[in-house]
Amino acid sequence: MNTLPEILAARKNIIVDKWAEAILSTYPHESLKFLSSQKDRFANPIGHAVRSSSEKLFDELVHGNDVEKIRASLDDFLRMRAVQDFAPSEAVGFVFMLKRVLREITAQEMTGKGQASFQDELLNFESRIDSMALVAIDLYMEAREKLSRIRIDEVKARSLLALSERQS
Amino acid sequence: MSESKLKPEELAETIKYKTPNRNWMDQKVEMKPGRFSHSGVPKSVEYLQLPNPRKWQPTDPDWQLPENWKEIILEGLRDRLNRFRSLRVFMDICVRCGACADKCHYFIGSGDPKNMPVMRAELLRSVYRHDFTLAGKILGKFAGARELTIDVLKEWFYYFYQCTQCRRCSVFCPYGIDTAEITLLVRELMNLVGVNIDWIVTPVANSFRTGNHLGIQPHGFKDSIDFAVDELESITGIKVEAPINKKGAEILFITPSADYFGTPHYYTLLGYLALFHEIGLDYTWSTYASEGGNFGSFISHDLMKSLNAKMYAEAKRLGVKWILGGECGHMWRIVHQYMDTLNGPADFLEEPVSPVTGTKFENTTSTKMVHICEFTADLIKNGKITLDKSRNDNWKVTFHDSCNPARALGLIEEPRYIIKNACNHFYEMPENTIKEQTFCCGSGAGLGTDENLEMRMRGGMPRANAVKYVKEKHGVNYLGCICAIDKATLPPLMEYWVGGVEVGGVHELVGNALVMKGEKERTTNLRGEPLDGKME
Amino acid sequence: MILLLPFLAILVIIVVALFGAAVPGLDFLFGVVFPYAAITVFLLGIIYRVLKWARSPVPFHIPTVTGQQKSLSWIKSSKIDSPHSSPGVVGRMAMEILLFRSLFRNTKMEMKSGPKLVYGSSKYLWLGAIVFHYSMLVIVLRHLRLFMQPIPQFVLALQNVDGFFQVGLPGIYVTDGLIVAALLFLFLRRLYDSRLRYISLASDYFPLLLILSIAVTGILMRYFLRVDIVSVKELAIGLFTFHPFIPRDVGVLFYAHLFLVCVLLAYFPFSKLMHMPGIFLSPTRNLANNSRMKRHVNPWNHPVRVHTYEEYEDEFRDRMKAAGLPLDKE
Repeated sequence: MNTLPEILAARKNIIVDKWAEAILSTYPHESLKFLSSQKDRFANPIGHAVRSSSEKLFDELVHGNDVEKIRASLDDFLRMRAVQDFAPSEAVGFVFMLKRVLREITAQEMTGKGQASFQDELLNFESRIDSMALVAIDLYMEAREKLSRIRIDEVKARSLLALSERQS
Repeated sequence: MSESKLKPEELAETIKYKTPNRNWMDQKVEMKPGRFSHSGVPKSVEYLQLPNPRKWQPTDPDWQLPENWKEIILEGLRDRLNRFRSLRVFMDICVRCGACADKCHYFIGSGDPKNMPVMRAELLRSVYRHDFTLAGKILGKFAGARELTIDVLKEWFYYFYQCTQCRRCSVFCPYGIDTAEITLLVRELMNLVGVNIDWIVTPVANSFRTGNHLGIQPHGFKDSIDFAVDELESITGIKVEAPINKKGAEILFITPSADYFGTPHYYTLLGYLALFHEIGLDYTWSTYASEGGNFGSFISHDLMKSLNAKMYAEAKRLGVKWILGGECGHMWRIVHQYMDTLNGPADFLEEPVSPVTGTKFENTTSTKMVHICEFTADLIKNGKITLDKSRNDNWKVTFHDSCNPARALGLIEEPRYIIKNACNHFYEMPENTIKEQTFCCGSGAGLGTDENLEMRMRGGMPRANAVKYVKEKHGVNYLGCICAIDKATLPPLMEYWVGGVEVGGVHELVGNALVMKGEKERTTNLRGEPLDGKME
Repeated sequence: MILLLPFLAILVIIVVALFGAAVPGLDFLFGVVFPYAAITVFLLGIIYRVLKWARSPVPFHIPTVTGQQKSLSWIKSSKIDSPHSSPGVVGRMAMEILLFRSLFRNTKMEMKSGPKLVYGSSKYLWLGAIVFHYSMLVIVLRHLRLFMQPIPQFVLALQNVDGFFQVGLPGIYVTDGLIVAALLFLFLRRLYDSRLRYISLASDYFPLLLILSIAVTGILMRYFLRVDIVSVKELAIGLFTFHPFIPRDVGVLFYAHLFLVCVLLAYFPFSKLMHMPGIFLSPTRNLANNSRMKRHVNPWNHPVRVHTYEEYEDEFRDRMKAAGLPLDKE
């Protein structure tokens, strides 16, 4: 019987892949092939961000749990989600997809021998994912607020111009 | 904020796979705030004598179109098919190979499949097939044909005001199909029934009346030039001449109006003033032709012509020898590819020769208008100006090729030559994001308005992503460009995606580095920021 | 449905052909009438379409420039990507038509990330396209041997090169394999890539399937279900010399092949296959980047409403005067 940390280490690649795949599936179906197969980070920034953030985040959840690093990895990605076609819940919801992936991957361990202690471990790990979701909500809001601020600045600049024109 | 909210039963769906695998013709467009621009105000529409002025918004269920709107558009399409070979050929020869699909910055930044250039064109092509081809008439949907309905028109509005006419897709198309051409013509069609956006219509009305998009009247223009002259004096200690509407000057200088009212455009203006003084150029500004840009080109070929006419008319009235044009993007597409055709021949002008170096600008012998980067590069090459690169040492510079100078003119090396001679630190962005493959700022072709901000951030993301890369790799903090729309819309883009990168013109760098006879020791750059080690 | 329709259409065409070959008396229709009709539609159709394109003028000079312009003498201009003269344009068009240069641009890809291999469907698109088109060209030229007696020298040479790998009897032509592979690739690519499936129409699948059926029937005839080549040649030369002649027992498969070709010819002018002549008329590729050197004339350049300087000064005279700006009329 494997413990959760062992499983996470051994199956890291498949978990990260599945998670990244699940995140990409929130984009329009028709664009999926492009987002997941074009590897050039400049030709496909979304796909690149999904891939690199999902791996970094997973590593941080398993090993470090350093909030600052998690923030940094989430940041780029949430900035993207904040201007794309997502409701706030959808924009942030990708974090929870990791839970589903984990449950799928560990289906055997969940029901096998020693399931009680395994489930405990998993629940523990899942609360880390929940905390990460809270960080994601913060970042999403920061991005949205930044957008509003940029918009207000533009409107201000425009009305100043109109004003100076009227006075001249 | 996004207005779409989840229904409880959808909650589980957000973390499941989506499969909206439907035929694209059946999907209706949803207008969400932040992703479209407001409609043209009636006052401006009326002033330009465009059809169907009224109060409306794209979110209204009823767009208050004329009763026969459909016939008007189809008749307009027939007329344009007969007048534009480009349109006819582009409608017929696309094989949907998909080479363009992932080249559009809006598609890359959003993943919205209707932002693939081929789909954008199919939005029109489907209607063309339905009403103008035999196969479409007989086979209908199976031949990719569909009827023009109000929903189709709404889709046109959404997606053709989501194309910045940057022409990146056209570079990769094996037949050179140019989405910018299709977008421009569909916008013409939409304007026939009064479907337009205010960020374009009002600047055009302004420009028609006052000579510039911002609506600055002649005395306001003079004030801002005078103000710039004073500001330059406080930085350099030299009071430069800036003649306005001067008859008999050798050269007429035209630049986008944002240069004398916008930031950071303004620092480029200071650069021009310093440069022209230093070489003793006999030139004039004009209040009547006080706009290089041409938002008319975002509505129709006719309005493009009508705004552009001021350039030659003013050159003729003032009796100059030739015209010099400032840093601008779409202005240069029109000057280079349209002006001579629309409002030429310019037989009242002389073939441009640099009064400083004697260089004849062989590439402008017919249109008789020279790009400031061509002009300045020639000055530098001939050693006619002295540049102190160290004055730009606080900048680590990268250069964003603006779409039109790159893909309409091929103005690629001139600005780079100037930058390399004006500063010590220059770094290129990755190859597939510059030169003819440059990514748009995401706000061109009249889409740079605040209500459209989210869409702009999406569209500009590929550009920002490349800037971020060179920022992290080389510490780049100055994004140079030669386009007024870039200068207006890249700063918010940088603020949102990158942070810590300023945007500025090439001639701002020139102005910083330019050693002027009799100047006081410079302690600041043109932005008024201390030069390293000069203030402390 | 978008996929089903082209499949059904191909099926119907083949059934019709087999029926025509089987029913006595219809062989004249399928062996003579249809080929002549198809070639007539093909030629007249193309001429009609091209003339229709050509009738619309080119009002503006709108090349897509993909390289350094010719400006100052010391800056090296790109003669092919930004041609400033006719030879340059010819060079650019030749690169486009012979080498599919724009498609080739897709191949530039750097800085891959992630452990997986780069697919770059775009790179294979260029390869698939070029293999298909050149195989098609070689095959069409090879067929000239059926229409001409004596067989022209270059056709024999081509045949030798194509049959370079002298495997089996009859010798295998490389292009037979290549064209089928390329067509399958182009077809599967549309099915497999969600993005391409989204943009594909029935009229994108149909020509691929049609040409594939032609290739397959041709290959079957050559390698597996041999038809009497002498009779085929008699028929072909008969058609070519306008002395139509129906030999006996040419074989059912041959009629299927021929009929499919007739359908392709007749379909060509009304389809996207017109991209072949269309590329020559594409104004973003066939114009030189010299619009500031030479004036381009628009035949319908109609006058528009302008705001003249006089009107402008009339409106703002007082303010201009107050600001000390020069005026035309005091």
